[in-house]
Amino acid sequence: MARVVVDVVMKPEILDPQGQAILGALGRLGIQGVSSVRQGKHFELEVEDGLSDETLNQLADTLLANPVIEDFTIRR
Amino acid sequence: MITFPGSLDDRDALRAIRLAGGEPVPLWHGDRDLAGVSAVVLPGGFSYGDYLRCGAIARFSPAMQSVIEGAHDGLPVLGICNGFQVLCEAHLLPGALIRNDHRKFVCRDQRLRIESNETVWTRDYEPGQQIVVPLKNGEGGYVADRRTLDELEGEGRVVARYLDDNPNGSYRNIAGISNADGNVVGLMPHPEHAVEDLTGPSTDGLTFFTSVLQKMMSSAGGTAA
Repeated sequence: MARVVVDVVMKPEILDPQGQAILGALGRLGIQGVSSVRQGKHFELEVEDGLSDETLNQLADTLLANPVIEDFTIRR
Repeated sequence: MITFPGSLDDRDALRAIRLAGGEPVPLWHGDRDLAGVSAVVLPGGFSYGDYLRCGAIARFSPAMQSVIEGAHDGLPVLGICNGFQVLCEAHLLPGALIRNDHRKFVCRDQRLRIESNETVWTRDYEPGQQIVVPLKNGEGGYVADRRTLDELEGEGRVVARYLDDNPNGSYRNIAGISNADGNVVGLMPHPEHAVEDLTGPSTDGLTFFTSVLQKMMSSAGGTAA
């Protein structure tokens, strides 16, 4: 078995209200120097060693991420 | 009318179909067989708890496989609120719905302009007609890339637009869109909550349901559900 990590974030041109809320909270926490926060999703998959890159790409592209609004990266 | 685990507005949708003169048929998300219905309503709510993304899991339900096939063959499909999100996730409609730009849930009576009566769900509205129906969503911001937005506008596929201030950050004030054939419509506001004077701010929403029934009566002479 192998661990595969898929990270999903909103495309840069799509507004991320949750990230903005976090940014606002950082200011209230008194933390300076952070100009932007983008919130995303982090998936950890336990997969068989032989699972192909193509299959991983397909599962990320059809279910884990919505390619209309999100980008994803796969690390294995 | 398809109920998913977490659907909220399925009862109101069934009632709206009945008040419009149709025969409401309750279906379950696990049903692959749509029981021969003449049209499908996907109701509002939080299908599968909105896990992953709104509508993302519902898209893969057995009933939705039949809806997707039917929609490509011209089956009238109306997705309201969460139903709209399901239609976008299923790629029956372009774009996506994201969290409201002001980050708060919005619940109010909303003025809309019907921009297109070229769909089976809006054909009995006057073009440009203003209506008032309830709006209630946390993730109702309609987004799409500029090319898609231009295409929707150019092809007259923006079905309804928000009037007054934009309630959720939707691009170009878009409240509802249709597919190219006009049989699939997604709408963030709730026409099924505006079908009776006693419970709604108006009865303006009823025309969505009577439109599709009239269309089926005139084209097939059959019964509708």
